[in-house]
Order: sequence, then C-alpha cells, then structure tokens
Amino acid sequence: MPASHIPSHVPSHVLLIEDEAHIRRFVRAALEAEGFQVFEAESAQRGLVEAGTRQPDLVILDLGLPDRDGLEFLRDLRGWSHVPVLVLSARADEKEKIAALDQGADDYLTKPFGVGELLARVRALQRRSPQGEATAVLSFGDIRIDLVARSVFLRNAPIRLTVMEYRLLVFLTSHPNKVMTHRQILREVWGADHADDSHYLRIYMSHLRHKLEKEPSQPRHFLTETGVGYRFVG
Amino acid sequence: MEPRRMESSRPDPDQLLTSLREETERTGRLKIFFGASAGVGKTYAMLSAAREAHRQGLEVLAGVIETHGRKETSALLEGLQILPLREFVRDAGTVREFDLDEALRRKPGLILVDELAHSNVAGSRHPKRWQDVEELLRAGIDVYSTLNVQHLESLNDIVGGITGIRVWETVPDSVFDRADDVVLVDLPPDELLKRLSDGKVYRPAQAEQAAKHFFNKGNLVALRELALRRMADRVDADVKTFRASRSVQTVWATRDALLVGIGGGKDPENTVRAAARLAERLEAPWHAVHVESPQAQANGARSVRIRKALEMAQKRGAEVATLPGRSVPEALVEYARTRNISRILLGRSVEAEGRFSLNHFLPPFLRPSTSGRIARLAPELDVTRLATDPLADRAEPGGERSGKARRGRPARGALSHYLVTALGVGAVTLLSMGFLRGFELTNIAMLYLLLVLIAAWRLGRGPALLSAFLGVLAFDFFFVTPQYTLAVSDAQYLLTFVVMLSVALITGTLTSGLRYQAQASVRREARFKALYEMARELSGILVREQVTAACDCFVRTGFQARPTLIYPDAERHLVLPGAVSSGARADSPPGAPAEVPDSGIDLAIAQWAFDHNLPAGRGTDTLPASPVLYLPLKAPMRTRGVLAIQPEDPSIVLDPSQSRQMEAAASLVAIALERVHFVEVAQDALVRMESERLRNSLLSALSHDVRTPLTALVGLADTLSHSGEPLTPSQRELVEGLRDEAERMHRLVNNLLEMARLSAGKIPLHLEWQPVEEVIGSSLRAVASSLKRHIVVTDVPRDLPLVRFDAALLERVLCNLLENAAKYTPAGSTLRVAARRAGTMLEVEVEDNGPGLPPGREGVLFEKFTRGDEESAIPGIGLGLSIARAIVEAHDGKIRAERALTGGARFIFTLPLGDPPASLPPEPA
Repeated sequence: MPASHIPSHVPSHVLLIEDEAHIRRFVRAALEAEGFQVFEAESAQRGLVEAGTRQPDLVILDLGLPDRDGLEFLRDLRGWSHVPVLVLSARADEKEKIAALDQGADDYLTKPFGVGELLARVRALQRRSPQGEATAVLSFGDIRIDLVARSVFLRNAPIRLTVMEYRLLVFLTSHPNKVMTHRQILREVWGADHADDSHYLRIYMSHLRHKLEKEPSQPRHFLTETGVGYRFVG
Repeated sequence: MEPRRMESSRPDPDQLLTSLREETERTGRLKIFFGASAGVGKTYAMLSAAREAHRQGLEVLAGVIETHGRKETSALLEGLQILPLREFVRDAGTVREFDLDEALRRKPGLILVDELAHSNVAGSRHPKRWQDVEELLRAGIDVYSTLNVQHLESLNDIVGGITGIRVWETVPDSVFDRADDVVLVDLPPDELLKRLSDGKVYRPAQAEQAAKHFFNKGNLVALRELALRRMADRVDADVKTFRASRSVQTVWATRDALLVGIGGGKDPENTVRAAARLAERLEAPWHAVHVESPQAQANGARSVRIRKALEMAQKRGAEVATLPGRSVPEALVEYARTRNISRILLGRSVEAEGRFSLNHFLPPFLRPSTSGRIARLAPELDVTRLATDPLADRAEPGGERSGKARRGRPARGALSHYLVTALGVGAVTLLSMGFLRGFELTNIAMLYLLLVLIAAWRLGRGPALLSAFLGVLAFDFFFVTPQYTLAVSDAQYLLTFVVMLSVALITGTLTSGLRYQAQASVRREARFKALYEMARELSGILVREQVTAACDCFVRTGFQARPTLIYPDAERHLVLPGAVSSGARADSPPGAPAEVPDSGIDLAIAQWAFDHNLPAGRGTDTLPASPVLYLPLKAPMRTRGVLAIQPEDPSIVLDPSQSRQMEAAASLVAIALERVHFVEVAQDALVRMESERLRNSLLSALSHDVRTPLTALVGLADTLSHSGEPLTPSQRELVEGLRDEAERMHRLVNNLLEMARLSAGKIPLHLEWQPVEEVIGSSLRAVASSLKRHIVVTDVPRDLPLVRFDAALLERVLCNLLENAAKYTPAGSTLRVAARRAGTMLEVEVEDNGPGLPPGREGVLFEKFTRGDEESAIPGIGLGLSIARAIVEAHDGKIRAERALTGGARFIFTLPLGDPPASLPPEPA
C-alpha cells in the first residue's frame, strides 16, 4: 500500500520508543512511507526527553524497555501531555494491556504485528487526535445517531434503545477506534460503584449488537478485545 | 538478560532447607554496634553497614537514628527509608519516640534502632527501647542497634566508679550476650578527644561541658579497656557455644570422653574449669556429674556451689547429670561404663567427699581415697586427679591402668563386712566386761541389740545375722549365769535370745530390701535420663539417619540391646535397611522365610506389628517366642515403621517398666520420624514452588525473546512488499513466503508456550460471566485472515444464558478449532459455528463440510503431538487440539470430535452453565 495516504501540509511527528533496532527500522520505514516524520528513542529516558522537545503528534511505546517500566513512563508522560499513545507489547497476557490502557494509552498492538495493522492503528489515532468538531449527527454503516434528538436509526428505521443502551452507545461512538477497558466503560456509563460488574456491560453490549449489528456474532462496529474491553469502529 | 537471572534463582537444596527453617521459626537477628563511649562512631558504622545491606537488596528501614547533628552521619541516611517518629503530646510539648507499631506493620527485612539503652517516653508500650527491639526480633525482623559500654548493667557500677557519672539507662547483659553479632566500634582516646574538640561529637556548647566531666583521657582509656574486655569475653563465649553445640552432637561417635566428678568440697568451679580446658585440648566431649549420696544432702551453701559448678560445666559444653547413689566411686564408675567413658577426672571437691560409710570408722590415714576406690572398682578406667592449684592446670594421670578391661562388678568386700561384725561383737563384749560390770544384764543385751541394728543398717542381712548369733553367744557365754558356759540357768534368757535373733532378721531383711529398691531406682533414673537425652537429641533432628543414631545409642546404653529401625516402602511393605527392596519383601509367599540371615529379624512379624499397630515378638501376646521385640512406630498421622529390639543376652526378661520405656522411646522415634517426613514434604513443596516460578519466568522470557525477532521479521518482510518500487511476481512470492513462515513460527511458538503453561499443572483461570456469542465473534475476527477463502456461518440463539469462562483461553480453543478447519478443508468450504443449550451444559460446535476425520482416530486427535494423518503435507505439529482439550477440561467441560452429517469434521465442546449472577439493576427512567 504505497503512500496512498496524502500527508497534510505539515508532516505529523511520531515518536517511536523501542529498544530493538530492527523493529525501529521497519516501523520507521513504514511510517515515513506514509509521510510521517519519525523520531526515535531507544530508552525511556531518551523517550521522555524527545517527547518533551519534539512535541510529537503520536507516541509509539514499547512496554518492555531496558531502563524503565513502560507503564511508569506512561504515567510520567500523562502528567503533562495528552498525545495519543500506541503501546507495543511482547506479552500475550491481557493484564499488561489493561494496565497500559488504564494508565492512559490509547491503543495497543501485540508483537508480532504486520505493517498493515500498524498503519491502520496509527491512522485511526491520527484521525482522532484533532478532537473532531462536535457534530449533531453521527453516522456509520447503516446506523445514524441524532445526538440532539437522542434517537437512533438503522437503515432509516428508528430503533428503540433503553437509557443505558443509549448512554453506552454514545460513550463508545465518541471514542472511535480506541480500545476502552471494561473498567473505563463501566465507570463512565454506570458510575464508579459498578466498576467491577463487568457482566452488566457484557449483557448491554449483547443487546446493542442484537439491535444494531446485522450479524451479532460477527460484529462489524462493536468489536470485542478479548479479556481487555471493547473497541468501536466506524 | 533473562536466562542469567533465572540461573541465579535456581534453588539450592541447602539454602532451601535453611530458609525453610528460618520460615518456620525465624526470629530476627540482632547486631549490636558496641563502643566505649559516645562519639566513637557507632551510629556511623551502623548506617554504613545498613547501606551495604540495602545495596544488596535488603529492605532497610531506619527506625530511629540519633545523628546528634553530625553531618557525615546524616549524609549516610540518604537513600534509606526513614520511619517517621511517633508523637506524644505532653504538657511540656510534643515528645517524639520510635514508632514500634508502625515498624511491626511495615515488617522490613532490617530495621535500624539507635541507642539500645534509651528509656521510652512514658505511655509507650515498653518502658525500655531494648524491649521494643526484642519484640521486633520476635516478629522476625533483623535489628541493628548501638550500645555504649557504660550502659551494660553489669558494668554500670564500675563505670560509675571510674567516671563519677552514673547512668540510669541500662541494658541487661543477657540482651548483649544473646545478640547474634556484636561489632566493636573502637577509636583510640586521643582521636576521640580530637573529634570532640573539632565539634564532631557534640555541638560546641555541649562539647565543652562534656569534655570537662566525662571525656577526659583517663576515663576514656578505662572505658575503652572495659569495652575491649567485655567484647573479648563475648568472643570467648561465642567460641564455647560453637564448640558446645558441636561436641554434643559427636558425643556418641567418640569413645574418648571425659567424666569429671563434682563434689561439694572446696571450689568445685576450679575443677570444672580445669576439666573444661583439658576437654578442649583433647577435643573430647565431657561429662560433669555430681553424685548425691544420702549422707551429703541438705546443706544450702554446698548445694549452691554444686549447682553453680554444674551450670558452668554445661555452659562450657559438658553433659551434666546429678546421680543419686550410695557411693561416689560406684556411681561414677557406673556412669562411665554405660557411656563408654574411658577417663575420670577428680578434683579436690570430690576427694573430700569420698569418705563415708564404713570408712568413717577408720582413722583418716587408712581411709581409701575416691580415686583409689575407683581404681579398685574399675581398673579399666584412667583416673586423673586434678592438681589442686586451679591455675596450674597440669593434670597428671594418677591412676594405674590395667591392660585388660574387667567385665562386671569386682567382688564386694563381703568378707570384710563379716570381719567387721565379729570385731564389733568383740568390742561390745570387752566394753561390757571392762567398764559395765555393775550394769543390769538387760542393758548389756540392749548394747548387743544396737550392734545388730547397726550391722543390718550398714552391712546388710548376713552380717546382721552373724552379729545376732555372735551377740547371743557372747552374751550367754560371758554374762548369763552360769558364766563362761553356754548353759542357761534361767529360761527367761531364751526369750532374750529369740528377740535378738528376730530383730536381726527383720531389720536385716528390711534394709537389704530398701537397698535393692535404691539400686533399682538408680537404674531407672539412668534409663529415664537416657530417654530424656534421646528425646532431646531427637528434637533437633532433620534427617532420618540421625534418628537411627539417636535410637541406637539409647537402646544400647539403656537396655543392652540392639535396635533396628525398619521403614516401609511406598506400598507400605517393610524393607530391611540395606536390603534390596524386592528381595527382602515381607509379602513373600507364606512359608518362605523372609529372614535376612545376618540380622535375626523376622520381617513377617515386623510387618504384622506394622499392619496391626501392635507390639509383637518377645514378651508380647503375639509370637512371644521370637527373640526380638517389634514395636510399631505410632505417630499422630500414621505408623512410620517398626523398631526391632534384640537383647544382647536373650535370657534377660524385660520388666514392665522397661517395656513401657521402650514403648515411650518408640513413640518418640515415631514422632521424630514424622517430623523428618514433614520437613521433607515441606522441602519438596518449596522446590516445586521454586521450579514453578522458574518455569513461569522461563516461559515469559522465551515468549519475549522469541516475539521480538519475529516482530522484526514480519515487519521487515512487510516493509519490502510495501516499499515504493513494485516487486516482480517471484520477489513478491518470496516476501509473502517469508512473512507466512514467520507467522507460522509465531503460532507454533505460541502453541508450545501455551502447552507448557497448561501442562505445568493448575491453570490459573480468569473466570467471568459472559455471553459465548462475544467470544465466538472475537475468535472469528482473530482468525479472519486464515478464513478468507472460507464461508463462515454462525448459529447462536439470542437467549443463551451467560456462562462463566476465561475469555482469552476460550478464544484460544475456538481459534485452534477454526484454524484447524481452515487448514484441513479446501477453499470455498463452509464452516459453521453453533452454540446451544444441552441440559446443564452449553454446547459449542465447529463443523466443516470438508473431507472429514480419518476414521478411528477421533479419540487420539487430542493427544499431544498427534495428528489425524501422520504423513499429512499440511504443516503442523499436533498441539492445537491438545491445548483445546486442556483448556476445556480446566473449565470442567468436555471436548470430542465426530463425523458431521455432511461428511466433514465436527468438534464439540461443552461448558457447565452454572448459576448466572443476579439480574441487571433497574434502569433510570
């Protein structure tokens, strides 16, 4: 997929923090081919310095850095910056991902990953970053949400949603392409008291899918990130 | 890198054992930094040591540190965790004090508590800081503390006398002596004075005052000497304890032990000191024994002296005993013989005491000395008389030594007893004839009667009878009319004769019975002591061999018998020690003698005793004719084996008290064995835990180290195909192959790691209630790239209940099944994923319409490294399905494969439905 994405007049800056030189090399090549300007750092220490001086539009962070725990780095970074962060993890287990997301990461990729996957995630985060102007109507696929009238249409037919279903739908659609952990969603939609009642969330997700997805067991918009949370894709 | 880290965490059995012991009974270790006076740098030394400990990774907490405003000292505190002081509000303002409760709560590895002698603020838990420290130690926390010599209780007076300043804050010497480590922080007085004048010790205003009163050179020299001496004492004691603990263990291994007799005479402690020095020089174990004879009891000062001497002997490594006995030499010889001691040491204190019984009647120069009597009683023993001057510890062997050891007791002085009796009768007769002419005959008869009593009391029944006969004869011959004949004119004297004879008989019998009882109780005492010693020895044992040794020694010395411990094997069949397990089984066919020729032990009887948990063999109700006694080793949990006892002399019959003691010994051994068993179990568990941790860290290291290069491989291949210049078809093919292989490798590694994790035993499940539909969806998305050329149909009813499962693991199951189906069916085939309720289970199936499973191999498919068609050209190593099975079974479900109606393969797994959590909360309107 050569340079199909037209870079905006000012190239976006990406900061890549990764200790493995080969990985840096191909990620850099892929991103530069897309028109990004890439800065590299091979340690968390350097990474913080670069993040402070380069003012990147996106940070790609490997969690297994030699000098410092990646989660700690995230906490520091989030102290002063809201730049989107894509986390790379070499571990298959979900705990690390959840921790990173709860710590403020926006998305994650499990190693090994292909260039296609990487670029898709980067683009998605890119699109989100200028905090899109508030719109009254949101539409994706066959679905249209009228945020003013608080009504939802599937192929132009009105769909009845309960209050909680609507809240969940709006919360998810306002964070497109971003993985939201169970806790994050529960806290925002149900309140802090219910942060651990993940079965509520699962039942409501199932309701939403049955009402809005064509094939609820093969969803297109409301995706499950197994063991981690959900991701809404427009 | 990771592997190196793991190597260092490999468990070392010794270390495990140590840590195990620490875990069970760990009390903290106390290290005291000890100095002659303030300002020598104790706190500084303590902090340096603490930093070192901290650097080595120990968790160090500064509990309370008095820096006295010294800069170098407070600099050392940097980087250490500091415990905030607790504040007490008092009338005079707030007072700060060490916060014991917080320290206990934090439970650091090591805590620093300065100034051990400090008195706590009123209202604290303990009045003294050293008591706080003791509580910390009991909680298993190591403590570093500091102490000045003048604060030691025993030296407080002396220091007060030297310096003219009394301190009231003292620490008992026992705290100091019990400390695990004492580090002397020493500074020559001149340097200390210089530091003082430089203002390094106290702030200037204080310094001047302090210098005037306390810190003058004379004081400092004296204090330093005191500190050095006290330290030297401690070092000395350390060496002693070390030796003591070693020599006690080897006491039974060596035959070259020393026995020192302690008496109540002059200065028994000197005797002990001399004996201790000798024992140390010979590196021999030694025993200190006091014989408590009926003649020499109940004298306050005397018993205090003896007790002190015995305590001192124990401190310096001796086995200590007090024996009841009639005669010192006999008791000492008896003790030495039962314990294979070859040399007896005697000091003045005992020599002075060896004179009683008959010898009281002899003039001093004729009385045999204790050492002489021992030499006569037991010529095989070396007898050494210790020199009288305790400082000159040259000890010359004073006893003669005969080459041959004589077995058994030497002949008693029986003849002499009779002789003495006869002499006594003669003496009374002469006395009566010479001086008591005018006395009534009845009074003279009384004198003879007294003689009979004395003879019975002192010399036994025979001499008493002799004295009665001789007395009657003499009385009749010399005093009863007609004199100088044996004729009796007055019949009433016949009564006198009868009375005298009866008295002699009765008292003689009584005293000899008493004497026998006394001897029996001495023997019993000895056995109880042996039992007690065995119990003490068993209490410290950690391996089985030590149990055998302790038991052996007890039975041999206490019962003159040979013990054998027989343990069961895994099937609870007894196996003779040293026998090949299959050859000497107790379950050999009846009739075939299961006897090992050499040992004389009948395993069949032993097995019976073991199985029935009852004693058998000699002297019991079961097979009493057997020469060996078999005692089951009953422990609280189960029977641990059998103790076989073979008396050396088969004719000896065990009395009831002996067999009771034997049983007591057996249960002691059983409990010790059980403890040893649990020590082993705990060790095993520790090793297992350790190896599990090792495996986990190995797996995560592997997964990290393998994924990183794979990521680079996949990424670089992608970069090639994404790069600007278009590739030729063959190049494109190569790049795609590269990428596919890398991905396959990744899947393989994933599967291997997963399998290793799953087969490691208990699989940790992250169970949550969730719809199965969700995991079907995420699985389909995860394998979407493999399913590109297949048609996928799902059939999941809307009303399925929530099920409790680990989503990530179940996704793995579904992915494996789906990838399998994609791999073994041609492009364009249809895959169907369905879920439904089946009784109390949820059934999920993955079905295809491909060529189906090889017939008859449905069952073996789920074995590790098994593939449907062994020679299949399709890549794979046959792990996917066995992983699926492990996961499903961990969820209490089942998985099976069958032929679908379409002819394709169908895999079905089930999950228990259970009780889903309560329904949803009502929604806001």
